[in-house]
Amino acid sequence: MSVGFIMLVHTALHRARAVARHWASSGCPVVIHADRRVSRADYAGLVAGLADLDNVRFSSRVRVDWGTWSIVDATQRAAELLLEEFPGIGHVYLASGSCLPLRPVQELVAYLDSRPHTDFIESVTTMDVPWTVGGLDQERFTLRFPFSWKRRRRLFDGYVAVQRRLGYRRKMPAGIVPHLGSQWWCLSRRTLSAILDDPERERYERYFRRVWIPDESYFQTLARLYSPNIESRSLTLSKFDFQGKPHIFYDDHLQLLRRSDCFVARKIWPRADRLYESFLSNDPAVTKNAEPNPGKIDRLFAKAVEQRTRGRPGLYMQSRFPNEGWENGKTCAPYSVFEGFSDLFENFETWLGKAVGSRVHGHLFHPERVQFAGGETIYNGALSDSAALRDYAPKSFLTSLIWNTRGERQCFQFGPGDAQDIAWFIASDPNARISVITGAWAVPLFHSNANFSDVRRRAALLQRIEAEHLDILRSPHTRARLRIWSMAEFVQNPMEPLQILIDEIAPRGQRRLTEAPVMADLRGFGQFLQNLRNQGMQPHLMGDFPVGDDPETSPRRRRKPYLVKK
Amino acid sequence: MGAISSYRLRLQRKRWLARALRKRRELMTIADRTAEIRRGDILVFTTLRNERIRLPYFFDYYRALGIDHFLMVDNGSDDGTREYLQNQPDVSLWRTDSSYKRARFGVDWLNWLQRRYAHGHWSLTVDVDEFFVYPFCDTRPIGALTDWLDASSIKSFGAMLVDMYPRGALDAVPYREGQDPFEIAQYFDNGNYTIRRNARFGNLWIQGGPRARAFFRDRPERAPALNKVPLVKWHRAYAYVSSTHMLLPRGLNQVYDEWGGEKASGALLHAKFLDTFSVKSAEELERRQHYANSHEYKAYHAGLRDHPELWCKWSEKYINWRQLEILGLMSKGNWA
Repeated sequence: MSVGFIMLVHTALHRARAVARHWASSGCPVVIHADRRVSRADYAGLVAGLADLDNVRFSSRVRVDWGTWSIVDATQRAAELLLEEFPGIGHVYLASGSCLPLRPVQELVAYLDSRPHTDFIESVTTMDVPWTVGGLDQERFTLRFPFSWKRRRRLFDGYVAVQRRLGYRRKMPAGIVPHLGSQWWCLSRRTLSAILDDPERERYERYFRRVWIPDESYFQTLARLYSPNIESRSLTLSKFDFQGKPHIFYDDHLQLLRRSDCFVARKIWPRADRLYESFLSNDPAVTKNAEPNPGKIDRLFAKAVEQRTRGRPGLYMQSRFPNEGWENGKTCAPYSVFEGFSDLFENFETWLGKAVGSRVHGHLFHPERVQFAGGETIYNGALSDSAALRDYAPKSFLTSLIWNTRGERQCFQFGPGDAQDIAWFIASDPNARISVITGAWAVPLFHSNANFSDVRRRAALLQRIEAEHLDILRSPHTRARLRIWSMAEFVQNPMEPLQILIDEIAPRGQRRLTEAPVMADLRGFGQFLQNLRNQGMQPHLMGDFPVGDDPETSPRRRRKPYLVKK
Repeated sequence: MGAISSYRLRLQRKRWLARALRKRRELMTIADRTAEIRRGDILVFTTLRNERIRLPYFFDYYRALGIDHFLMVDNGSDDGTREYLQNQPDVSLWRTDSSYKRARFGVDWLNWLQRRYAHGHWSLTVDVDEFFVYPFCDTRPIGALTDWLDASSIKSFGAMLVDMYPRGALDAVPYREGQDPFEIAQYFDNGNYTIRRNARFGNLWIQGGPRARAFFRDRPERAPALNKVPLVKWHRAYAYVSSTHMLLPRGLNQVYDEWGGEKASGALLHAKFLDTFSVKSAEELERRQHYANSHEYKAYHAGLRDHPELWCKWSEKYINWRQLEILGLMSKGNWA
């Protein structure tokens, strides 16, 4: 027993010729169907190039249109010729002109000989296929498709729409259950001849002629009628991308293909010289020198589809610029925003940097310049500290920063004195962890030596900005993780919330908070607020600080650090 | 996009094409080898002026990628550029001494040549200091890319301009003829780009990189555009609007995905910042033939006096396309 090949070819004839020669000279008969569209000269060249082989035949030619009956027609013609001319063959392998054998022919013959009655054809009911493109699965069988999808797309779509509107449904011939699967099969002589010689063939054909993409359903459905033993998979490695077109193999896939356990791969780029040189050989040492690992190919192509459809979260670039809401991650990693902390605590950035073991930025959105950690003028990714550049595109600035520092948690200060354009973006970003001590902006004013009328004006402005900011944070559109304390609340018990924040940033828990940040001197702060009130302003965001009842804070810098026990 | 604005764009496209037709009279044929262009050939279109020293490497690079024919417009060179080009077997050359500026920075000339010769071909429009990089360019010729684009029914391919610069002063290492310019200009900025959408033409407008950082830090809106669509399966009805930043019909500018995915894209490595730059920028300032009154060159001229170095400690050293892809400057999309 032996295996015979059917090859459907339409382009890159020199490659098809080489593959046909390889199979034929290895003792396997080949029947070639060349598309009618192949020019007379090219066809003559193909025939002449294989004239010296006595087990190569050419079947009568039809004009093949993708997705139509013509492919099945061509396959039938070739199959009939093959079965008739070569009575010795036990299996028929359907291949295309862009297929390439990956394993020696002897291995394929031995494999099939030990499974003489098995049909290798992917054949799945329509309910179970996830991969149909364009939403036509069940409807492939119930509508009519007289127009070419490739050349007359509008007519095609229009006719489908009309039939849907009218509720038109074709009747399926009795006795068959529609199945779908890869076009590339390997059927036993018994099953294939039963399909071709079926007295009902005429009736089935009439039906399948108007089915959409019959090459993926005709044999797949009818094999179910006759085959005692279907193995529902293709022996041909063929991967499809998200548009339903096959992935193409190139020279740089050589090692990958060596690890496949399939007999034939499709489709090969016609100019992939190294692949053709390497695989058109029956020497097992040449074609097989790696452990089979077909999962590797799967992963590669699955990743490619994933990158095309989902992309890398948080990345904005020339070929990925998602519409609002489709970012699949507005930024690429979590980051922490601290509002009011650096006002209330002295050297908060340094302290936080030590506590969480990373660089901590100052006010990134400071109106004069970007306060990168360590006072850098240029940061990861060559981001500039120019406020003009940042304010030109604040969203790009922030997303770039988070992207550039992948793997390192970003922490920065924010407040009502900063450029506010970014506020909505941060609030709506689930990656943002925002902690706010409301009203803390008053502390630097309290310590400043400016004229009180200026202080009062400034306080009113900052309070208004922060109130608007809080409205944003509390809006239903906010997706950031929020923690908001009034200043009065926070100074009562600063260590507990600080420990929570630190744990969130460095969750491993190695970093026990041993040193508290030094709180600004708040003696007289209540009186300061009262003075503002006396000037007609109403400071309300900081909570209650009764006059004279100053909170117990740590005015002396040399105070001993204390431990917080967990 | 309503019917009216889409009709306006159609009129605009017709106007550019008519203008290209008019401007063809400015072109004088020096060497016409276009009869050798075969079906399926991949073509390069270039306008240039006094770039003799760059040419040998330019041809080495693009011939190795698999470019079949070069169609070039020489805008009044006097340094031997023309003599060199007319002797290349795969170059068709035209010459003009007319105003670069009034040919809309060469776009009109190339629009004409593309209309005449590029119909049905993949056409790559680059300057002599731009080097096209695409996914797998180290293992697959450009024909693999265009075949894949054809199979995927994609008509245009985006490639962002990436400015390359040396470490140290720009003129510290002189460029030798035939040398890979990226042996000198090895560095680039990997993460300081800004992107916005142009609602009218549907393209992205990308700015940033070392030029924005060093020369336009106070006037970022004036920083040069870096988005480009250089590779197009040309049709005679197409027209570039402004350099290769955008073209009409506007659907061709849609080289990016809007639903979270990544389309495949490449990069144009820009070898502008070599020792030739200061001479060139002085000359261009003199000629006043560049965009928006050459304000870009004015900024360079001023900037180069105070900041002789573009390199900073966060500059990334160029390795290969995979590095650009990992950094997020380009993407394989679903090409594997």
